[in-house]
Parts: sequence; structure tokens; C-alpha cells
Amino acid sequence: MAVAIRQPGWYRAAIGTIIGAAFGFGLVVALRAISGLDVFQTEQTGYPHVIVPLITAPFGFLIGFGAFDYWFRWAAGKPTIPEDHSGHGATKWQDYFKFNTDHKVIGTQYVVTTLFFFLIGGLLALLMRAELAQPGTQIVAANTFNGLFSTHAVVMIFLFIIPVFAGLANYVLPLMIGAPDMAFPRLNALSFWLLPIAGIIFLASFLAPGGSFDAGWTGYAPLSTGAPLGQSFFNVGVQFAGASSIATALNFLVTIITMRAPGMNLWRMPLLVWANLSTSLLVVGATPFIAGAQFMVFFDRILGMNFFNFLEGGDVISYQHIFWFYSHPAVYIMMLPGFGIISEIISTHARKPVFGYRLMALALIGIVVLSYSVWAHHMFVAGMFSWLRVPIMITTLLIAVPTGIKVFSWLGTLFYGKIHTYSTAMLFALAFIVTFTIGGISGVMLGMIPIDIHVSDTYFVVAHIHFVLFGGSVFTIFAGVYHWFPKMTGRMYDERLGRIHFWGTVVGTWMTFVPMHWVGMDGMPRRVADYASQYGDWNLVISVSAFVLGAVQLVFLYNMIVSWRFGPKAGNNPWRANSIEWQVTSPPPVFNFDEIPRVVGGPYEYGTPGARHAIMGGEEADVPEPKPTTVTAPS
Amino acid sequence: MTRLPILKLVLATIVLGVIQSVILLQFDWFGGAASTAAKPIDTLMDVTIVISSFVFALVCVALGYALIKWRAKPGDESDGLPIHGNTKLEIIWTIIPVVLVLGLAGYSWAVLNDIEKTDEDAIHINAYAQQFAWTFGYPESGNKWSEGEVHVPVDQQVIFDLQAQDVLHSFWVPEWRIKKDAVPGLATDVVVTPDKEGTYQLICVELCGIGHATMRAKVVVESREKYDAWVKSLDQEVPDDFLKTVDQFYDSQAKNEEKSGGIEGSGVEEE
Repeated sequence: MAVAIRQPGWYRAAIGTIIGAAFGFGLVVALRAISGLDVFQTEQTGYPHVIVPLITAPFGFLIGFGAFDYWFRWAAGKPTIPEDHSGHGATKWQDYFKFNTDHKVIGTQYVVTTLFFFLIGGLLALLMRAELAQPGTQIVAANTFNGLFSTHAVVMIFLFIIPVFAGLANYVLPLMIGAPDMAFPRLNALSFWLLPIAGIIFLASFLAPGGSFDAGWTGYAPLSTGAPLGQSFFNVGVQFAGASSIATALNFLVTIITMRAPGMNLWRMPLLVWANLSTSLLVVGATPFIAGAQFMVFFDRILGMNFFNFLEGGDVISYQHIFWFYSHPAVYIMMLPGFGIISEIISTHARKPVFGYRLMALALIGIVVLSYSVWAHHMFVAGMFSWLRVPIMITTLLIAVPTGIKVFSWLGTLFYGKIHTYSTAMLFALAFIVTFTIGGISGVMLGMIPIDIHVSDTYFVVAHIHFVLFGGSVFTIFAGVYHWFPKMTGRMYDERLGRIHFWGTVVGTWMTFVPMHWVGMDGMPRRVADYASQYGDWNLVISVSAFVLGAVQLVFLYNMIVSWRFGPKAGNNPWRANSIEWQVTSPPPVFNFDEIPRVVGGPYEYGTPGARHAIMGGEEADVPEPKPTTVTAPS
Repeated sequence: MTRLPILKLVLATIVLGVIQSVILLQFDWFGGAASTAAKPIDTLMDVTIVISSFVFALVCVALGYALIKWRAKPGDESDGLPIHGNTKLEIIWTIIPVVLVLGLAGYSWAVLNDIEKTDEDAIHINAYAQQFAWTFGYPESGNKWSEGEVHVPVDQQVIFDLQAQDVLHSFWVPEWRIKKDAVPGLATDVVVTPDKEGTYQLICVELCGIGHATMRAKVVVESREKYDAWVKSLDQEVPDDFLKTVDQFYDSQAKNEEKSGGIEGSGVEEE
């Protein structure tokens, strides 16, 4: 027992959590007592004796869990315990509940955890749709309803869409570029373990007096600065989710820049790698802004600062500027990795090189640059300086151009190909093109100021964001999970169940989100628990469809779980793909490669006889040595 | 490499685009119209719908044609043609969307200027927003006050000066097509010329708390005579504390400047 407590692991983590919480609690009590204040402050925005432990306990957990052991020894000048790699790989399910530094284990941890939160977020949505099935109040009261849509959005954005892409890329990207692991494996593991912490904090807000945070995921001040305790849980949780995202992005940047296999110059990188390079540039640049915005709200609430208190010279609108300076790029953080996934899948299953590969990569970079200049289109009616509206409208509409290039290039890839549609991954990729086009079109409409003035803050916006995030991002996530499932598990999923899931999801998505455009344009505002009875019929249709959409996801869940355990062996390369991750075994060896592969050509050389992307170690190489065009990582 | 039946594909796109446009233009998407802003905005939307229909038709035709023409037979393990791109085509599908969206931006800009033009004889009405009610002041008629109901004369430009008393709210009458947030500490306004008599609903569309969904007010558009009579019949004046919010803001700014030494203290010369 004593050994178990000294070893990093769950026992030590439990003790660390308790010590962390006690430290935070004691700090507040002591400082307030010394300052002569009431020891417990329970005004609704206060509760420092709850909030400070909420910050310190996770650190206690992480220290106990072993996230910092190596770094602490290093910092203290003690001899570090050399990594013997015995913890690499996962042979039994318990291995996934350890502080594991293997990128493949971390990738799986990410994907499973985020899909769990996807279900939670979905259940929150279904509760909302149950309430909205009829006008009037039936199931939940208005304040609970406000909490439901706020947590639904936060869970879906911060705990599902953003991190699931990080998870898929975590698994696939090092293999794709011929690297043995990510650049910073310990940081990688830390990034993952910050996520469940953020999730627990967000969901724990339901237990707070006054209920969960209910000012929307946007948390606009001054509604959020005066909201009950739950809002502070959001402020704190976002810091953990944001730190996770930033650390992962840094890791991807360094990995992509320094650890590509010899011969893989920029123009030989698969588009998924390009997509994650662009996404990481956005995360690193933009995420600090939401962290800052939430800290300012937090300080307004806890310390009585007046960033957003207009009576003391604060500026209400500045919150929205800071918030959207992250949260618009965040839309592309949630979309660009999906673009990468679609490029891989369409090229592989159409047996053709990606059409206009270089323009596809440049379009990603174009989106990165432009997306920093469009944030204020969320504020056309917010009362900001009116001169800013037209320039922002122009940049907003221009961002449709690189996005359009991507859609046209995917279509171009299909032309003259050999399109195989037996894979559920390809079906989702093709459906994505259509639904995403709808989301893009409604996005252009929203970018046009006079139309936006009418439809902003209505269900039209809800419809748009769900076409982009569900019909867009989530479709690409499904495509990616199906595509790499055989690689990650070594087993094949059931294509018949996949098809049921696919058609149910496509029909469910359209039936749920198309009518939302209509009621929104006609005058139904968003974020309301009750609405005018004239919208009752359509809302019933929307609710029924949403339940169908939710139920179909159970097929996906069943397929994934059962196939992971009992599916037929998949073989190394079931899709006959060219990129490097498919040239190793499924699942890949613990250290990925015995010998680092050499890259000798583009990633999509389908249809050119004899053309190769990479020569794997141990292969007889009758292909000339590649020219050293890239600097490899220092060993 | 077989040649593409370009003419047929273009024709199919046009036919599908026309069918979609015709169907989509049958509906009054934005509901009833009751202000001079409605027509230009609705026309802009119709134009956008038509353009969008053709873009969507293009995507559907291209995808459908590819799937019919190049779907692999089961067991076919051969590859497609190794085409890596076509610079001319790529330039075309970059330039055309640029022209298209810049055109839409220019058109939107023109409509925006049109609907926000203010007349000299516009009347001002103060709209006070608080959790969870709207109240109105009529500064040109002795600061008369009405709660939960506002009357405006028809065919007369009205500027609503919005004042939020606590948190953000937003002023929206769907039939007027106009919307603006009421921001604590900031003077915002919204310009409208109602052109149809009737009773409408003012809806708060910025999440403002528990009662957000029920924060509505009645809007009555009526003839000038009826409007004058109605304002005259009001017997209350706007309470003092409602007038204060914006003044308080400027006061507190002045106070802060004083505290920090003001503009002199910062070493900046004031003109």
C-alpha cells in the first residue's frame, strides 16, 4: 500500500486531489481571516472557498498522477528516471487509464473520451429538444433551459469537436510523417489529462447553487459577471481546456516542423498534416484570447474588478471583441482538421491524386490569415463602431473563396477517378461536401450585413452553426473515425451498420437543422425555452428528428465497441492507401518504425505506375536516394 | 481521357439552379413586411438565394455526375487517372468566387446605406430595456412614459434610442427587419420607417437571463392623429432613474479621468 501511494497513479492522484483542494480552501480561509473579512463569502458571484479549490485540486491530481514527476526532478537538479518505455503501448484496458506518453495510446484516449462527451452533449441537446417540442414550459424551467444550451455548446465545442481532432491527429500524424512519436510526449500526455478535468468542472457546475452556467457559451458580460456561482466553473474550466489545446498545438507545430522523415519536404506532406499545421497556428495565436476574456470575467466576479462594469468605467462591448477574436478563429479550429481528413479519404477512395494539391495547402494558410480578420461579423448589431462593419463584411465574404477552392478541388479529385463507396468513411466524406456547402452558403448570407441584421440571434444562426459544425465537422469526424478505425484497433467495423448510421445521420441532420432556418427567418429567436405557438409544428418536426438523430448514434456506438473487440482482422492497409501510416501493421508497432522511412514522392501518387510516397525500412530500395530537402530532428 | 460533356453539365446546372430558385422564391422567408427597410433587404435576400441556388446546383451536378460516371465496379483495383490539377481551372474557380462575393458585398453596402439613412424630421423615442421588460419615453412629447407598449406614427421615420439598464438586450421587430443591441453604458440607436399600420411584437433577442423568452412588448403602428392622441393620453413621465444610465456612464468616465490625472496627467496636450 505504501509503495502504491508513492508510485504515480490513481492512489497518489486521489491523495493529491484532496491535498490540492485542502490547500486552496485553507488559503482562502486563512487570507480572509487575516484580512478581517467574513471567512465564507456566499454572495452569488463569490464563493472563493469553492472556486480556489476548484483551481488547486486539479493541480494536486496531476501531480499525484505523475504528470510532473520527470519535470520536477529535472527542475530540482536531481537525476531523472530514464524513460524505459515499459509504459508504451496498451495491452489491456487498464493501460488507457494511466499517464501514458505513447502518442497512439493518447490518441485513443482522446477519441474515446471526446466521444463520451459527445454523448453527454447530445443528451443535453435532447433534453432541450424535448422541452421545445411544444410551445409553453413542460419539462424544464427557464433557468435550467438556459443552463442546458450553455453546457451543450461548451461540452460539444471544448470537449468534443476541438479535442477529437487533436486525438485523431495525435494517433495518425506522427505515423504519417514517419516520426517515432510526438516531439514532447510528456506534454502530450499532460494535454490529454487536462481534458477530463475541464469536463468534470463544466458538468460539476450543475451542482453549484443557482445551477450551471447559463449565460450561453458566449458568456457575454455583464450577464455573466453577475451570474450565479456556476459561471465561475465555466471561467475556470475553459482555462484547463484552453491550456490543453495550446499545449497540443505547440506539440503539433514542433513535431511537424522538425520530425518529418527524410525526404518529406513541405510539398510532400499529406493534406491532413497541412491542416493540422494551420489549425495549430490558429490555436496558438487565438486561444489565449478566450483565456483572457474568461479571466477578466472571473476577476470581475471574484475580485470586484471592473473590466465590464460600465458604472466604474468598464466597457461592455470590449468583452465581445476579445471573445470573438478567439471564437471566430475557433470555428476554423473546428473545421480545418476536418478538411484534412476529407482530402485523405476522397483521394484514397477515388484512387486519384488530390486535385490542385498546392492550392489546397495554400487555401488552408489563406483561411488562417483571413480568419483573424473577421471576428466582428458576430457583432454587426452589437452597437460597435459602425465603420468596422463593412471592412469585416468584405473579409468575411472573402473567406468563402479559399473554402470554395477546397470544395471544388474535392469535386475535381472525383472526376476521372475510380470512386469506391463501400466504405462508410467515404460516404460521410461525400455527404460532407453537400451539407457543408449549405452551411457555407448560409454563412455568406450571415456575412451580408443587411441580412444579418434581420436574422442574427434567431434560429437561422442555430441552423447555420449546426450545418457547419454537425453537417461539417461532425461528418468529418465520423469519416475520420471510420477511416482510421482499422488502423487504430487492427479490426474492421461492420459496413452494414455503418451504412445504417450514415443514412440515419444524414437524414436526421437535414430534418433537424433545415427547418431551423425557416422558423428563424420567420421570427423565432434563439436561446428561448418558450416560443410563439405558430412555430409549434416545425419545432415538433425538429424535436422528433433530433431524437432520431440521437438514436442513430447508438448504432455507431455499438458498431465501434463490438467491432473493436470482435471485428474481423483488418490487415495493414484495407483501403490500399499510399500514406505512411498504412504501410505499418494495424495497430502499428509500439515504436512505430524499426527504421525511419524515406519519403521519395508526393502523398497521393495514385494512378502513376511505380510511383512511391515512401520506402519503408528494410525494403529493398531500387529507388534513388531522395535529396535531403528537410532538416531532421536533432537526436 | 474522355472529354467532359461540358455543355450538358452546364445545362444541367442551369436547369437545377432555375428549379431551385423558382421553388425557393415562392416563400416569404422573412415573414410579413412593415417598414421601408423590408423591401431592399428582402430583394437582397432573393438575389442571394438565386446565386446560392446556382452554386449549390453546380456542386450537386458535379458530385452526381462524378458518382454516376466514375463509380468503381466491385473488385476493380485499378486507379484513376493521375491528374494533379489544372492551373487554368484553379484560377477560374478562385477568380469567379472573388468577383461574386465582392459583388454581394458592394450590393449589401448599398442596401445598408439605404436603410440607415436618417431624415431630418425623424422623431426620437427612447426604449429602455431592463430584465425583463421594455418601457418607452417620448422626449418630444414632454417625456411621457409607456410600459410594455409603444405607439409610432405610420410613414414617419422613428429613431429608437436604446438604453440598457442592467445587461445586454436587443431590439427586434421582425416585420421591420431591423435589430440593434441595447448596451449598458453605450448609446445605441435603431432607425426605422414603418409603412404599414398594425400591431407587431418587439422581441428581445439577446440572452438576458431567466425571463429572456418572455421579454416582449407590443408595437402599434397607427396614423399620426391616433399617435398624437395616444401620447397625449399618457399621464406618467419617465422616472428619474431611467434617465440616468447613460449620464452615469459619462459621469463615471469623468471621475476616472480625474482620478488618473485626466488627459493632463497623461502628458497629452488637450486641444
